[in-house]
Amino acid sequence: MSADLSRRGLLAASGAAALMTPGLVRAAAPPVALLNASYDPTREFYKDFNGLFAADWKKHGGGDVSVRQSHDGSGKQARAVVDGLEADVVTLALAYDIDAIAQRGLIDPKWQSRLPFNSAPYTSTIVFLVRKGNPKGIHDWLDLVRPGVQVITPNPKTSGGARWAYLAALGFATRHNGGDETRALGFVKGLYKNVPVLDTGARGSTTTFVQRGIGDVLLGWENEALLAIDEVGPGKFDIVRPSMSILAEPPVAVVDKVVDKHGTRRAAEAYLKLLFTEPAQDMAARHHFRARSRAVQARYADKFPALDLITIAKFGGWQAAQAKNFADGGSFDKIYQPG
Amino acid sequence: MVALDAAFAPAPLKPARRSWREHSALPGFGGAFGFTLLYVGLIILLPLAALAARPWEHGLGGVVDAILQPRTLAALRLSFLAAAGAAVVNVLTGLLIAWVLTRYDFPGRGVVDALVDLPFALPTAVAGIALATLYSPGGWIGSLLQPVGLKVAYTPVGVFVALLAVGLPFVVRAVQPVLEDLDASLEEAAQTLGARPLQTFSRVILPALTPALLTGFALAFARGAGEYGSVIFIAGNMPGVSEIAPLVIVTRLEGYDYAGAASVGLAMLAVSLIVLVAVNSIQVALSRRGSR
Repeated sequence: MSADLSRRGLLAASGAAALMTPGLVRAAAPPVALLNASYDPTREFYKDFNGLFAADWKKHGGGDVSVRQSHDGSGKQARAVVDGLEADVVTLALAYDIDAIAQRGLIDPKWQSRLPFNSAPYTSTIVFLVRKGNPKGIHDWLDLVRPGVQVITPNPKTSGGARWAYLAALGFATRHNGGDETRALGFVKGLYKNVPVLDTGARGSTTTFVQRGIGDVLLGWENEALLAIDEVGPGKFDIVRPSMSILAEPPVAVVDKVVDKHGTRRAAEAYLKLLFTEPAQDMAARHHFRARSRAVQARYADKFPALDLITIAKFGGWQAAQAKNFADGGSFDKIYQPG
Repeated sequence: MVALDAAFAPAPLKPARRSWREHSALPGFGGAFGFTLLYVGLIILLPLAALAARPWEHGLGGVVDAILQPRTLAALRLSFLAAAGAAVVNVLTGLLIAWVLTRYDFPGRGVVDALVDLPFALPTAVAGIALATLYSPGGWIGSLLQPVGLKVAYTPVGVFVALLAVGLPFVVRAVQPVLEDLDASLEEAAQTLGARPLQTFSRVILPALTPALLTGFALAFARGAGEYGSVIFIAGNMPGVSEIAPLVIVTRLEGYDYAGAASVGLAMLAVSLIVLVAVNSIQVALSRRGSR
C-alpha cells in the first residue's frame, strides 16, 4: 500500500500529465508528493513527522501525500537546491544556508518572517559530552582551554553545527572578558589549540569521540549528544551544560520557485505549519530537539534544563557572523595562521 | 654491454595502427572517429572546460589570491608531496609484488592477486574509515605505535599511509602484464653471457619495465593528489598541517565561494598536468633511446 502511495506520489511530481490520467486520481483531492531537503541530525525526526503530516493532510481533506527526505550537510543541501535539486521545502541547520538559496532568487528574501519564531520550529544548543564520571573535571568553557584537555569538534568551515559551537565559545569569551574582542579571540584560539581532529561534519566528530575514543570532551549539538547517549547507552557518557551557550535555531522554508512549478505550495505550507503544532513539538522533543511550545517545554523540563542562551542577533545576524568569522581570512582562519 | 642491451631488448611491437588515409580491412572509420571525438569531448573536455571557465569572476588577481593563501599553499604542498612520496614507495613495492605474482607460483596466489585490486573496488570512504580505526591511538596498529611515539592517524603521515593503499594497484596492474610478456629466457641468456644478477636486473629487466613503472607512478600520483574519501577520515584536517587540497575546495564551496574553489581546482589540474606531461616525455625519450 505504501509503495503504491509513493509511486502515485512520484508520478504526480513528474508532471501535470500524470494528474490528467483519470485512473490515477482515486481520492477526492489529487495525490501530492513533497521533497524535504534537510541536514543530517534530523533524519529520525522527519521520518516520524512525515507520517504525522500524511495523516493530518488526509484528515483535513487533502488526499494522499507522500514526503520524500534527503539528508546531507546543511551547506551541501543548500548548494544542491541552488544547483537544481527540486526540494519543495528546506529544513536546514542555519539561516545562512537558506539565505544563500534566497539570494539566488529561489526563495522570497523575507522568508524568515513568514513563520513564527524566526521560522525555526525547534531549537537546540551547544553542550559538552564527556566520558562517564567526567574524569577531567570539565564543567564550563574555561576548562576547555586547560592544557591536557582534548576537545573534539568539527570544522566550522564545513559544518553548520560547528559554526554554532564556535559562536557559543566566542560569545562566552566576549562576556567573560568584558567585551574585549582580542582577548575573546585569544580564548577561542586556545580552545582550538586543544582540538586534535577537525572532522568535516557533526556526525564525524561524534564518531571520533564515541567510537574511536579520542578526546575528553565533544563540543556540539545538544540533540547529537542526547542521541549518542541513547544509542551507546547511558553508562558511558555524561552531558555537561556550560554556564552559558547559544540558541541554535535550525530554520525551515518553502522553496517558492519549486512549489510554484510543482503546484505544491498549499501542501508545502501546511507541512511547515504543522511543525509548530503541539503533536509535532512533542515529537521534536522526543527526538532531542528543544520545543518552542511552552506546554511541551514544561513536559520535558528534566530533559532540557533551562540555560543562559545568547542568540545569533548578538553577532549581528548570520551574514555578519559569517563574514567576520568563517569567510576566507576571518577570525577562524587567524587561529591557524602560523606565529 | 651496450650491444647486449640492444640485442636482448624485446623487439618493439608493431602497433596495429594505421594512418587514417590508408584503407582498413574494416569499414567505419568516420563513424568511430566521430564518436570518439564526441565522447571524449563530452566526458572529459567539457567538465574541464567548465572548471577552467569558472574562477575568473574576480579576474586573474582573484585566482592568484585564492591560490596563494598560506593555508591553500600548505594544503597543495601536502597533497602533492604525499602523493609523490606514496607513488615512489608504491613503485618499489608494486614492482616487488608484481614480480612475486608473475614469477612464482604459490598456494593462494590467485587470492593475493585479487586482493591487490581491492582498493579499486572498495568505496574510498570505507577504506578511510577502516584505516582511521586501525591507526587511531586506540586502534590495533595505533596502540602499538603510540608507545614508540609514532603518530599516524590525524597527522600528515596518515595522509601518506592512506595514499599508499590507494595507489598500490595502479603500479601493480601497470607492471604485471609487461612482466608477464617479458621472456624469462632473456634473463637466462644474460646470465650465460656472464651478467651478474644485479646486472641482469638493472640492464635487462629494468629498462623493459621502466615505461610501465612510469605509467604506474603517474597514475598513482594523479589519483593520490586528488584523493578525498579515504584521506579525510585519517588526516585530522588541521588547517596548515594535515589539511589536503581537495578539502580546501570543499571548504570554499561550503562558504559559497565557487570561484575560490574552482581556482584551487585549476591549480591542482595544472600541477597534475605538468607531472603527467613530464612523465610522458621521459617515456618518449626512453623509447627513442631504446630504438636507436
